[in-house]
Amino acid sequence: MAKATRKKPAVTEIDAPADARTAAQSHFRTLRLGTPFQPRIDALARTDDWYNWAGYRAPHSLWDEELEYFAIRSQAALFDISPMTKYRIEGSDAEAFLNRVTLRDVAKLKPGRVHYTAWCDDAGFVLDDGTLFRLSPTRFRLCSQERHLPWLLDSAIGSEVTVEEETEAVGGLALQGPTSFAVLVDAGFAGVDKLKIFDLAEFPHDGGTVTISRTGFTGDLGYELFVPAEKALSLWDRLMIAGELRGIRAIGYTALNRARLEAGLIVANADFTTAEHAIRTDRLRMPDEIGLGFMIDLEKGHFNGRRAILEARTKRKLRHVLVGLEIEGNIPAEHAIVYYKKSQEVGLVSAAMWSPMAKRNIALASLKRPFGDTMVEDLWVEIYAMRELQYQKLMKRAKVVQRPFIKLDRRTANPPADF
Amino acid sequence: MKAWDAIVIGGGHNGLVNACYLQRAGLDVLVVEKNDWVGGAATSRELTPGFLYSNCSYVCSLFRPEIMRDLELPRFGLQVISYEGGAVFTRDGDYLANYRDHDAHRREFARFSKRDAEAYDRYARDVTRQCRFIQPLLMRTAPDPTSFRPRDLGELLYLGKKFAGLSAEEMALTLRFWTMSISDFLDEYFETDVIKANFALSGIIGTALGPMSPGTAYVLLHHYMGEVDGSVGAWGYARGGMGAVTKALAASFKASGGTIRTGAEVDHVLVSRGKAKGVALAGGEDIYGKLVVSNADVKRTFLKLVEEKELPDIFLRRVRNFKIRGSSGKVNIALDSLPEFPALPKDSPAYRGDMHFTDSMERMERAYDDWKAGRWSADPFLDMVIPTTLDPTMAPPGKHFMSCFVQYAPPKIAGADWTDADRDGFAESVISQIAEYSPGFRDRIVHMEVRTPREIEAEVGLTEGNIFQGELTFDQLLFNRPVPGYAQYRSPLSGLYMCGSSTHPGGGVMGAPGRNAAAEILRDLAKSTSHMSPAHDVI
Repeated sequence: MAKATRKKPAVTEIDAPADARTAAQSHFRTLRLGTPFQPRIDALARTDDWYNWAGYRAPHSLWDEELEYFAIRSQAALFDISPMTKYRIEGSDAEAFLNRVTLRDVAKLKPGRVHYTAWCDDAGFVLDDGTLFRLSPTRFRLCSQERHLPWLLDSAIGSEVTVEEETEAVGGLALQGPTSFAVLVDAGFAGVDKLKIFDLAEFPHDGGTVTISRTGFTGDLGYELFVPAEKALSLWDRLMIAGELRGIRAIGYTALNRARLEAGLIVANADFTTAEHAIRTDRLRMPDEIGLGFMIDLEKGHFNGRRAILEARTKRKLRHVLVGLEIEGNIPAEHAIVYYKKSQEVGLVSAAMWSPMAKRNIALASLKRPFGDTMVEDLWVEIYAMRELQYQKLMKRAKVVQRPFIKLDRRTANPPADF
Repeated sequence: MKAWDAIVIGGGHNGLVNACYLQRAGLDVLVVEKNDWVGGAATSRELTPGFLYSNCSYVCSLFRPEIMRDLELPRFGLQVISYEGGAVFTRDGDYLANYRDHDAHRREFARFSKRDAEAYDRYARDVTRQCRFIQPLLMRTAPDPTSFRPRDLGELLYLGKKFAGLSAEEMALTLRFWTMSISDFLDEYFETDVIKANFALSGIIGTALGPMSPGTAYVLLHHYMGEVDGSVGAWGYARGGMGAVTKALAASFKASGGTIRTGAEVDHVLVSRGKAKGVALAGGEDIYGKLVVSNADVKRTFLKLVEEKELPDIFLRRVRNFKIRGSSGKVNIALDSLPEFPALPKDSPAYRGDMHFTDSMERMERAYDDWKAGRWSADPFLDMVIPTTLDPTMAPPGKHFMSCFVQYAPPKIAGADWTDADRDGFAESVISQIAEYSPGFRDRIVHMEVRTPREIEAEVGLTEGNIFQGELTFDQLLFNRPVPGYAQYRSPLSGLYMCGSSTHPGGGVMGAPGRNAAAEILRDLAKSTSHMSPAHDVI
């Protein structure tokens, strides 16, 4: 008896960590993780058209990429953003720390607010862009495309701040489109009408809370919802049930990518190469070279890359500029070369589409200054359109235009309309 | 009496590559090989019935695809099967695996450190940048910086331009890379010991240096420059063992009309009035040739095969001082079943890749301490593979061949030659390490071949058993390899060339030295090199 009682706890002690270890090892069997919403998405995935988003199995489309796009613009679209990298940054020095890391003045970001920002290495090259959520005076969430833990931890040395990667622990949904507000109201999120653009607040959900912000990547009325992974499915169900009569649809990335291009928003490692991934050093970009110069706050004190950015500005060492283009015709100019006077190569289109909202052929392009900066006349793009195994080569006039390509009043209307 | 257009001493992979290119240029080429088989250190030998042993080199990645194409090696049977990663076993019963999938790799690292998992991208970026800088140099003759010949100036300019094309940060990194220790280098990216140990092994393989010795960072780079059929950085098994590489080369050579004589050990190079005239075989036979190319390492070539009086003093002194130190051995094992490693899930791809047991930088450095003291490492560093998990042609069904590369093994034991008892002690250090992680391992052993530097030198002819024919430290690279002034495959003797790994760009089953030497020889003969593909572009 005595033997058995001694033995039993000993065995449990050894097995428990071993089991946890075995469980952690098994990731090599599933190369693409599912998100906390995966069971619901799998059930809706009729096209079975997946891509790899940061190690997650994410849908390009679920049933029809055209109609998914129109769900964003005419109804409400639900898009799973869980694979986005999320860091929880907390501590009495969190504000000062983030002011040192990122470009914008975090002191101006009040608790309950979100801003779009970017961060650079010491040479002033952009490491990534992302959204910074101020959840309390001392607690933030930083969302980004790439991973930055070593960079953040190294920058935190000497600060009263903890940085924790919480990508897997937190599920995220983007609910975007004209009826998105109505869906949230119908789902019982009382007080959501108070959220102005870039506001965030916590709402009760399923015995816990969900953080809802009036943010998004579509240029439309929309919200983003962050929820602990274990409450993810109940949140999905709550929205889908409430949204049934409001035309809610789950969507994949292709539709979202169109909406973001109309909104004139850039995507890291699609429209520019992030500094920690650029093998070729001439691909590195400063904020001023990818349209993020507006974020730079030279008054707030030192931040990573400040000296280099300032020097590049004063010595006119900025070599590139990212612009919006409007191209004649309706053939998308994806990855087309941009020419000056139809002959001199001056840049490349990184994203392009015919915009159903703007009814225009639009594009984002990186140009070599002064083209796109002070020289904006006589620009052309050469479109190679593959049609039944033949390139139809088109030389089309391109005009530099302001971004966003579309501006929707409903995005910022207060309170949002009940569509 | 027949005089061959060229006689190549040694049928290793570089000798055969060289011979192939010369033969295809229209020369009448003879390869003389002391063993009864060709292959040098790239062989597959049936040392026990039914089992093929890759008993020296054991994995393939560095072999230049341009050479494979020129010499039609796939047509002559060469096939490389890439493997899927590997693992380092940790002493607490776990392991750290490397996976080909980027995200699986990150999640695996995150089991040990989330920070280090996310540091990998920056590390990969920096290593890739350096590889891209060096890779184009592999297939070019290093310029002679003291020469004013237009070609040397042109090549120097090319090097200078490449270097000047780097950003200030990259230049600094390049210089650091070529001089610093792999341990210091990894400290800049990672903080977890097992993760550093996992990467550090590529920095010390084949090198008589420890992970904390300056210069080992470059050795890591050398191992990252390869590919398997376009998959950059990948490693694989040659189907049929590493002998498949030289078998294909020999077949290609013969198909183009070349002649190979095995069992023909060269005693010395015939020299007359400062010019190589041929070779004298150990049996007493003289074979004449218009030129002689040595695949043997620089020490063997100039300290054993050529009489001292024929060579300048300074050259000889530098050859004597060339660092070609024995540092490793091999234990090749035939197994009657696949060993089990309880720490590793049964379906882990690591079984098919390279496995290691050294989970800390300190253990690695301590293993090197033994080498300095003239002992084999009590706790050696192993690079262990079981190629039969992917290549069924090397062992009977259900049975396996295991190759263990073992470091460190000094060229002499406390100043004295290796004895059979030493060799057995060395083998025991290896077997006991494996058995610690694989219960019942000893019972699976059917046959075993143990090769200390003594055996490797005696059979393959590599001085001190050094697998690279000379250390890959910066003082022995580019225009300093093997010795200053003689980095362009020529020697002080007219008509005597070098084509082995002692020459630029160095060791590994790469073929580049053999190819580059052929290009220089053909240039001297004013023959076309149009059958030689230039290095693939790095864009």
